[in-house]
Amino acid sequence: MATFIAIILAAVLTNNFITVKTYGICPFLGVSKKTSSAVGMGVAVTIVMTIAVAITYPVYEYMMVPLGIDYLEIIVFIFIIASLVQMLEKIIQKVSPSLYNAMGIYLPLITTNCAVLGVCELVIGDMSTIIGEASMNMGWAVLYALFAGLGFTLVMVIMSGLREKLNCVKVSKSLMGFPIAMITASFICMAFMVFTYIK
Amino acid sequence: MKNKYAKITLDGLIFNNPTFMLVLGTCPTLGLISSASSAAGMGLTVVVILTLSNILISAMRKIIPNAVRIPAYIVIIATLVTLARMVLEKLVPDLYDSLGGFLALIVVNCIILGRAEAFANKHNVLESAVDGLANGFGFTCALTVMGIVCEFLGNGSVFGLKIMNFTVGMFATPAGSFIIYGLSIALFTYIMDVFMRSRRVKENRLARENLLDKNPEGGAKELAAKEV
Repeated sequence: MATFIAIILAAVLTNNFITVKTYGICPFLGVSKKTSSAVGMGVAVTIVMTIAVAITYPVYEYMMVPLGIDYLEIIVFIFIIASLVQMLEKIIQKVSPSLYNAMGIYLPLITTNCAVLGVCELVIGDMSTIIGEASMNMGWAVLYALFAGLGFTLVMVIMSGLREKLNCVKVSKSLMGFPIAMITASFICMAFMVFTYIK
Repeated sequence: MKNKYAKITLDGLIFNNPTFMLVLGTCPTLGLISSASSAAGMGLTVVVILTLSNILISAMRKIIPNAVRIPAYIVIIATLVTLARMVLEKLVPDLYDSLGGFLALIVVNCIILGRAEAFANKHNVLESAVDGLANGFGFTCALTVMGIVCEFLGNGSVFGLKIMNFTVGMFATPAGSFIIYGLSIALFTYIMDVFMRSRRVKENRLARENLLDKNPEGGAKELAAKEV
């Protein structure tokens, strides 16, 4: 139970993917102009991250390590993620066209999202700072990926709310666009720094 | 001929600088600029990988079928990153440790796939190599400059050398990296704006003098008509 809470707290707050690890900044800056699109992107990333870890973790742990080909992890992981995204796109298109219309444009972008490859690499690496003495297994890995995705969505939604307000503010010409978005993001990071004191 | 390579170089370094003008490859930038040496190390790794991937993709652009080009590019880049990771782990373990997870994430760095898609699959090998070097060094310079500023403010040191005892803790965290990156983009676009405006003024003056030299009376009339 302690491990369970530790993973959730770490994934959502203390090791948040955007504010602490700075993974997945491209969609964070690119798709956070409207709250509705931010939620769509966040949900899509969360789903892909969870499924990607559920596939790559057993492939790495039970196939590549015993065969001694763990040095090929990057190539194998990026291939799994790319085909997974393509497959999800086709399934969603067939099963629920309305969801596809809402989410479809974000799906291809996810292949080149650092957060997805980042979480796959993280869970096969050293996780002892987060889960303590408990040994890593597939359940913890998938749980971590799911809540890391939710943490990503949380920051995306906060950012999109702030950016919608920013539209009403007059900023100087050279600060318009990315610079002011990054300064806003910096304040979100400062707010999230408080959580690093949770032990 | 020479002019073409100069243009590619200047485009990559300044006019289409991947970090400041196009805002690509933001994850490693924000993650690593809190230390100047890891920022420079990341930049140089990207230079090597980008140049090699541009050369390989450009050499194979006629063989790779158009429909599967993106997966093909990703495999080429992932292979190069795997090689780079092995080499760095063996030769520069310090840099390998400081880059951490961002080394594997070079695979999904938008700059590399972006240059492959926008440049290398349309140009010959030599041009692609020059483009890779120019963009890579544009990225490296941007990262190093921001790394120096961030490390100086956050740790009071530059490239690990202690300079002052006064530090602002915020600049050692992503919050400081975001602010430095945002302000750097603002400063860069402001300087480019001023530069472009002065160049346009100069061009206009030259065009006017040319017109007057060639055809004093007709030119003067034309100019007067334009200005009204």
